[in-house]
Amino acid sequence: MNYLENRKYVIQAIFLVVGVVYALRLFYIQVVDSSYKQAAETNAIKTVIQYPFRGLIYDRNGELLVQNTPVYDLMIVPKEARNIDTLRLANMLDIPLEDARERFKKARAYSWVKPSIFQQMLSTQDFAHIQDNLIDFPGFYINARTARGYPHQSLGHALGYIAEISPKQLEDSTYAGYRPGDYIGKAGIEMAYEQYLMGKRGVKYKMVNVRGIDKGSFKDGAYDTLSIAGQNMVSTIDLDLQAYGEHLMNGAKGSIVAIEPKTGEILAYISAPFYDPNLFTGKDYGKNYMQLLQDPDKTMFNRPIMADQNPPGSIFKLTQALIALEDGVINPNTRYACNKSLVNCHPHPSPLDLRGAVQHSCNPWFFQAYKALINQGKSQNTFTDTSLGLKDWREHVLTFGFGKKLGIDIPGEKSGIIASTDLYDRVYGKNRWKYSTIYSLSIGQGELGVTPLQMANFMAVVANKGYYVTPHLIRSIGEDGKPLAENYERHYTSVKPHHFDPIIEGMAEVVRAGTGRKASLAKVGITVCGKTGTAQNPQGPDHAVFVAFAPMEDPKIAIAVYVEHGKWGGQSAAPIAGLMIEQYLTDTVTIKEQEKWVLSREYLNIKSK
Amino acid sequence: MPVEQRVLGNRVGPQVGSRRSSTSVFGNLDWFTVLIYFVLVALGWMNIYAVVYSPDNVVNIFSFDINSGKQLLWIGTGVILMIVLLVVDYKVYEHLAYPIYGAIILLLLFTLVVANPVAGSRSWLDLGGGIRLQPAELAKFATALAISKFLSNVSLRQQNMKDQMILAAITFLPAIIIILQNETGSALVFGAFILAFFREGMSPLILIIGGSAAAIFILTLLVPKLYLLLGIAALMGLAMFLDYRLMRRFKTMIALFVMVVGMVFSVDYFVNDVLQPHQQNRIKALINPEADPLGYGWNVTQSKIAIGSGGFWGKGFLEGTQTKFDFVPEQSTDFIFCTIGEEHGWVGSTILIALFLLLMMRIVYIAERQKSVFGRTYGYCVVSVIFFHFVINVGMTIGLAPVVGIPLPFFSYGGSSLWSFTILLFILLAIDANRNRELVRQ
Repeated sequence: MNYLENRKYVIQAIFLVVGVVYALRLFYIQVVDSSYKQAAETNAIKTVIQYPFRGLIYDRNGELLVQNTPVYDLMIVPKEARNIDTLRLANMLDIPLEDARERFKKARAYSWVKPSIFQQMLSTQDFAHIQDNLIDFPGFYINARTARGYPHQSLGHALGYIAEISPKQLEDSTYAGYRPGDYIGKAGIEMAYEQYLMGKRGVKYKMVNVRGIDKGSFKDGAYDTLSIAGQNMVSTIDLDLQAYGEHLMNGAKGSIVAIEPKTGEILAYISAPFYDPNLFTGKDYGKNYMQLLQDPDKTMFNRPIMADQNPPGSIFKLTQALIALEDGVINPNTRYACNKSLVNCHPHPSPLDLRGAVQHSCNPWFFQAYKALINQGKSQNTFTDTSLGLKDWREHVLTFGFGKKLGIDIPGEKSGIIASTDLYDRVYGKNRWKYSTIYSLSIGQGELGVTPLQMANFMAVVANKGYYVTPHLIRSIGEDGKPLAENYERHYTSVKPHHFDPIIEGMAEVVRAGTGRKASLAKVGITVCGKTGTAQNPQGPDHAVFVAFAPMEDPKIAIAVYVEHGKWGGQSAAPIAGLMIEQYLTDTVTIKEQEKWVLSREYLNIKSK
Repeated sequence: MPVEQRVLGNRVGPQVGSRRSSTSVFGNLDWFTVLIYFVLVALGWMNIYAVVYSPDNVVNIFSFDINSGKQLLWIGTGVILMIVLLVVDYKVYEHLAYPIYGAIILLLLFTLVVANPVAGSRSWLDLGGGIRLQPAELAKFATALAISKFLSNVSLRQQNMKDQMILAAITFLPAIIIILQNETGSALVFGAFILAFFREGMSPLILIIGGSAAAIFILTLLVPKLYLLLGIAALMGLAMFLDYRLMRRFKTMIALFVMVVGMVFSVDYFVNDVLQPHQQNRIKALINPEADPLGYGWNVTQSKIAIGSGGFWGKGFLEGTQTKFDFVPEQSTDFIFCTIGEEHGWVGSTILIALFLLLMMRIVYIAERQKSVFGRTYGYCVVSVIFFHFVINVGMTIGLAPVVGIPLPFFSYGGSSLWSFTILLFILLAIDANRNRELVRQ
């Protein structure tokens, strides 16, 4: 009997061994191995990003340019969405039945239990309607958030837009703080000032159950951070002027850029055809975007900063004259005959001095002045001499902001083209080209490409008599309203201030009695200085250019108007510039006949030369 | 002191001290075991509350809307049940062992026929009014009684084939019916009685062979077959080298090794072709839960995460995140141990293990002090069942045992389970309280 009784020890030993093994195993899982703790955190604690309000943008007069409006996403939890009348749902959302089915499939593929977006960005009206019917659609609910909204239809190209961050951006370490589904500035001011506008996200740690359903805050929110709203901004844009410019350009193609010369503040930024920025906020964002992207008029092409393939035409004669004055090869009284054998011209008095040449835009005059500038006799060899001259000339030109990016505070700017010795050496061979090869530069044609922004900036240079401030769209960030120092740096040209006077006088004559008469505001006592230009266009009717600033005595606005296929700067672009200047300086428009003319688009029917 | 008492005391003989001479069953009750019982039940109840507790929506622990409130109802009725078990004449258990066993077998069969399947299982009997009973739970104590009754008359040491067959039949008949009810987990419990048989004289070889077979089965799944066989051959060689008697049985050893080889190579067939898919998955989950963490590995992975996140001291009562938000399934019943692990850490888990060890040691002690074979065998049957539940239930939550849906005794939520273990334990305590009335028969 006793030996059987001893078996109790065997049994007790088994109990003990199991107990010890379990305690050791638990010690390993709970104390030694930390991976389970991390797994537990990712399991049950979800970080919820608190999206801050994006900063608002005001125009220079305090008018709201960009605001936040509530939008509503229709969410679906597939598991709970049972017995859904798909047809009714599709009708309610105004989408094709197949789309609705497709979205169901997508949501299910994403997760059976987690919510996904069924319909993005419902408007407030849609929301009200859908909310009423939602009771018949279990598993659907509305998630409110904010989207960008615009109380006007203007300035799309400069403002840009925000959209969901792309997969490519997510991989980029620059956007380390972003998560899939986040909205980010994709163009324009929204993109350039993203870091200020976005604000600071807050993080809330929430506990969720296995189905992702919210179970309250973690540790009573001890680790949560509040979101900080993005900073509001003041733009340099004058919304009234902007809207008026868009009104004038409606139906045309081209650009208007207006700058306050002393500050470089962009007053109007028009790229025609333009679009209503509200198109990019609603549920049809994707559709609208594709439509605009594909339209033949290239609406999404940001003309003021991207159209850099077109020569500036006659307005460039001003640049040539200024450089020639600075180099001392001409003086204000230099006279050249209008020798049409050199280059074609139109009838006008001859010979002319500098002012007259500007006023009448005499091609042979500038041919000769530019020849004097390029071939200064620094070398006996005419080829070498031309090359040296072009090199010097180019350095002067670049100080005007041509041939390089000006550094406007929105992305996408192009640099333009300014003829260089390298370019000609490449095309013709070294020492194989001379003045007769490049003379068309003298009248602003040939190997030149200037953006409308650079044209307007050039007018600011002339108005300031020798310097420009980098054109920009944002004046200040934040509540203090202090202008951003980096946006107000002056850039001086290589031309001394007094050389600008004869040019300015000539420009005043252009508007008073020359090709720019349609820009005249003499009626209201404003002296406008301007210059017309025509950019030769091998593909169709020439493009019309008009640059101007006013008032002559104390310039407040410098403007470049570029009308594609406008043929004559004086006919199409000049009146637009005049109207814009008057609108900006006086807040009214008295030259109604010009407005009527512009809106009639009759200039498009003028016979080309 | 009443006369009757003194008379009784005299009858049982001089070895019984006077402090044991109370006639009241409560006076002779093993209060130490009762204390452990109530500690476990109370801790279980608190943890059941912790499982349903939600900081958003705090419901009173006593509310009958939640499991903890219902469990309180089971605990209360359990107390009534235990009083009844204690005041009933203790002789009933031995005398009526077979009739009780027969009745339960009939109930099991009846259940198999009439039960509405619940999640594929035909083991629940609907008593109406929302109350359901799982007769398989009652089969444990009934079988334990029948085994004890049978062994009180026969000796397992005498290698009587017929008696052994009868004993096997008593043990496995309810198990087979329960397997037919699709409750394989509960049926496995009946294999635990092997511990009681061992104590009553069963050849230790059966225990060793059974244990070895289980070990080889598990190892086959974990270790490459060739290494396993080489290892076993090396072990057998070592044993023969150490014990010359085994050397003389060389042919037997060779035959044994051939059997092991056969078993190793039939494991795959067994797992893939004999087991049902859900059973295969449980085996797979034990071996490598990470292979399919959202599928068959879910329970084990999540339960290990919950326990592992508890750390040394735990997150504190009601502070768990894993066990609260349904990450671990069957949270209040089969996986209740996770709550302990998460909220009370290693310290709490180890205390709970220690409590169970204490209870089991105490039951062994109680069993050994019985004068009747019936009482002793019954005690070992009780401890076998509790041990099996403990090993499997805790083992599966920490990845040391396959997931078998059996509750943690006294701890898990559920009336059938709590009642079943209460009956099991308190019949023993009733017998124990009256042990001095028994005459020594061996």
